[in-house]
Amino acid sequence: MLKKLLLVTLLLVMVTGVSVSAQDGAITELNIWWAEWDPANYLQQIGNDYEAATGIKVNVVQTPWGSYFDRVATEWAAQGSAFDMVVGDSQWLGQAVTEGHYVDMTSFLNDNGITETVTPATLQYYGEYPADSGSYYAYPTEGDANGWAYRRDLFEDADNMAAFEAAYGRPLAVPTTWDELRDVAEFFTRPDEGLYGIGVYTQIDYDGITMGFQNPFFAYGGNWYDEDYNTLGVVNSEGAVGALEMYRDLYSFAPPGTNNAFFAEMNDVFTNGQAAMIMNYFAFFPALANPNINPYAADTGYFSMPSGPDGERYAALGGQGISINNYVDDARKQASMDFIQWFATEEVQLRWAQLGGYTCNIAVLESPEFLEVAPYNAAFAETMTFVKDFSNIPEFGQLLEVAQRYLHAYVVGGEGTAQDALDNMAAEMDGILVEAGYVTE
Amino acid sequence: MAQVNTVKPAQAAAPRPAARRHLSDRRIVQLFIFPTIILLILMNIFPLIYSLFLSFNEYSVISADAPRWIGIENYADILSDAQFWHNFGVTGTYALISVALQTVVGFGLAMLLRTKFTGSGVVTTLILVPMMLSPIVVATFWKLILNPSYGIFNYVFGFLTLLVPTIIGVIVVALLWGTLPKLLGEQRANIGRIALLILIPVVAHLVWRFVLSQEGTYGDFFTRVTYRETAPEWLGEPALAMWAIIIVDVWMWSPFVMLLCLAGLSAIPEYLYEAAAIDRAGGWFQFRRITLPQVMPLLLIAVLFRTIEAFKQFDLVMGLTGGGPGDVTETVSVQLYQLAFQGQFDTGKSSALAYIVLVVIIAVSNLYIRALNRAREG
Repeated sequence: MLKKLLLVTLLLVMVTGVSVSAQDGAITELNIWWAEWDPANYLQQIGNDYEAATGIKVNVVQTPWGSYFDRVATEWAAQGSAFDMVVGDSQWLGQAVTEGHYVDMTSFLNDNGITETVTPATLQYYGEYPADSGSYYAYPTEGDANGWAYRRDLFEDADNMAAFEAAYGRPLAVPTTWDELRDVAEFFTRPDEGLYGIGVYTQIDYDGITMGFQNPFFAYGGNWYDEDYNTLGVVNSEGAVGALEMYRDLYSFAPPGTNNAFFAEMNDVFTNGQAAMIMNYFAFFPALANPNINPYAADTGYFSMPSGPDGERYAALGGQGISINNYVDDARKQASMDFIQWFATEEVQLRWAQLGGYTCNIAVLESPEFLEVAPYNAAFAETMTFVKDFSNIPEFGQLLEVAQRYLHAYVVGGEGTAQDALDNMAAEMDGILVEAGYVTE
Repeated sequence: MAQVNTVKPAQAAAPRPAARRHLSDRRIVQLFIFPTIILLILMNIFPLIYSLFLSFNEYSVISADAPRWIGIENYADILSDAQFWHNFGVTGTYALISVALQTVVGFGLAMLLRTKFTGSGVVTTLILVPMMLSPIVVATFWKLILNPSYGIFNYVFGFLTLLVPTIIGVIVVALLWGTLPKLLGEQRANIGRIALLILIPVVAHLVWRFVLSQEGTYGDFFTRVTYRETAPEWLGEPALAMWAIIIVDVWMWSPFVMLLCLAGLSAIPEYLYEAAAIDRAGGWFQFRRITLPQVMPLLLIAVLFRTIEAFKQFDLVMGLTGGGPGDVTETVSVQLYQLAFQGQFDTGKSSALAYIVLVVIIAVSNLYIRALNRAREG
């Protein structure tokens, strides 16, 4: 009988997951969900520091990228409390907020002055929903965006410099405009030598080609919709058409076989010496600075996005913000806020950056310690001031599918004209937004 | 106490067989079947019925909102969507060409391996290896094989395009070799032979090149993969991407057709051929009247399985092209995946699409099964 009683009690504890410590109200553990990658390991180290300082254990639970959103979304649907905090993609924000999965952190972030510590663009795209509402649901945690890596040895080669100047009438240098970038890409495209000018995102499976295209798209004055959610005349504006033609031009200088390429393939064509320049998220640049991975590590330089025809610069946003699960009890919400408040301090953010995390803290981004700790940090700090994101409304998945299909068909498949591709894209996106009720017919 | 001690072990165990006697044979059968039925209901029947219900609802699996009944709206939306018909066309084209080629190649291999020779067991096993691999593994290494920069496929293909006219030339030389003395006289025959050895491969090569460079569907296709300035991007060019997937699928699944055909061929009684030989029937006649009809039931089963699989094709497409360029290789299954996951999570509409695919597969299977029955009867 006693054995049965013990067994039943044990089962009850296992099924309900109720711990003695939670019952008496004292929080001894916090669970953070994130994708499985290096920054999550760095966050675990930060969590270990927090445990040393407060006695509260922090578990960073990692899930492979491929199933990360599915797992979080399943927990949302069940209104579960398996995690206290989640480091989520900026694109999830609309859905998570409208369906009530995230805690409104506006007062907490404002009252503690945390909103002033991070760059405005990161706060806007990682934390704010709806746009320009001043309501925040996440603290910008892992800042990330697209930047460029280039082969300094090729750029500084005397023969190359002379040949480039003779051909283009200006010195060979890091490009500052998209037109210059195109010229440099063309110059280094030498199939006979197995060298190509540039590597750009073309992945069709999820969001790769759209993320890559956004860089010239925003810089040329394009946008996914205006303040009234109109896509017609916005997605297919004259500037947007120019940007798409530019992107296709760039793809023509890319190594063969990069027709479905994303971050891994970009680093591959760079480290195997096929590309003189590549676009990639800053999160993947540490591999290029590692001589064990990149034989050109010592000769690899980094630069931020060039500007468009009117001098505008934008970089497609990656990265994530940390949010609090709305389905945990008030004590756990408060404990999560305490952790975020501690994590947002300049001292911890500097430690975060030193570990390898990409901070969004203004003071740390400007500090010499940060700028000098890695060769790509200066370009990253600059980039964090002009990032811009894809739509984060709940219908982003439908909009993304349309963008991916038309961009890939034109850039990789060479089908039709840029104008046709964007006209069709704008029309289909308009249909989605009309059906969702953002736009009236 | 004394009474308890006197009870023998055999007596104490006596009630157990009596209890067991209550289990009739029928009850034992039920006990064995019951867990399987429960599993079937939980894992197959319930999801099937529930997804049918969801297909008539507006519902997202990641949303906290309950399903909302909208009748046949999901079905109407899908069937009136041009993208669905495009994807359906892609799937049909792919299934038709791929299964046809697998049938020809698989049957051909089975005919070659029908006669036992030294090492035929090893050869058969090696041929079967592709179908034992995971499709995503196959897609990953074929992506490397097809890479225009360092993949071996273009090299081999380019070599073949030179090899084919050369072989044609050599065959022509061989055929003319013996007739030259009659045409040119014995003394000039050797000069003629040398001239043929040089000229015919060159001429054959030029003719081959002319044939391949002709405009039109096939001319355009071959031009793209042969005489061109840059290496063909099999996975990045709209004209080639579908062919690349078909080539990989044929490589992977022809062995399956071969296996079933081999089973059919080995079951043909030898006396049929002996009787045909006595009647002086030719090889082609024997093939048409004996081999093919006898193998047909198993061949149709192979074709049925492959057609069903081809209609569901997902992993090879995702691994090789992701449905691109644009939507050139986007099969219905890829569209279903995008609709059900990938940020959209439109569970209601994706359930409806899954049911449409199911109905199509059932219809096609029915046609095959009828043909199969006819083949068995006839």
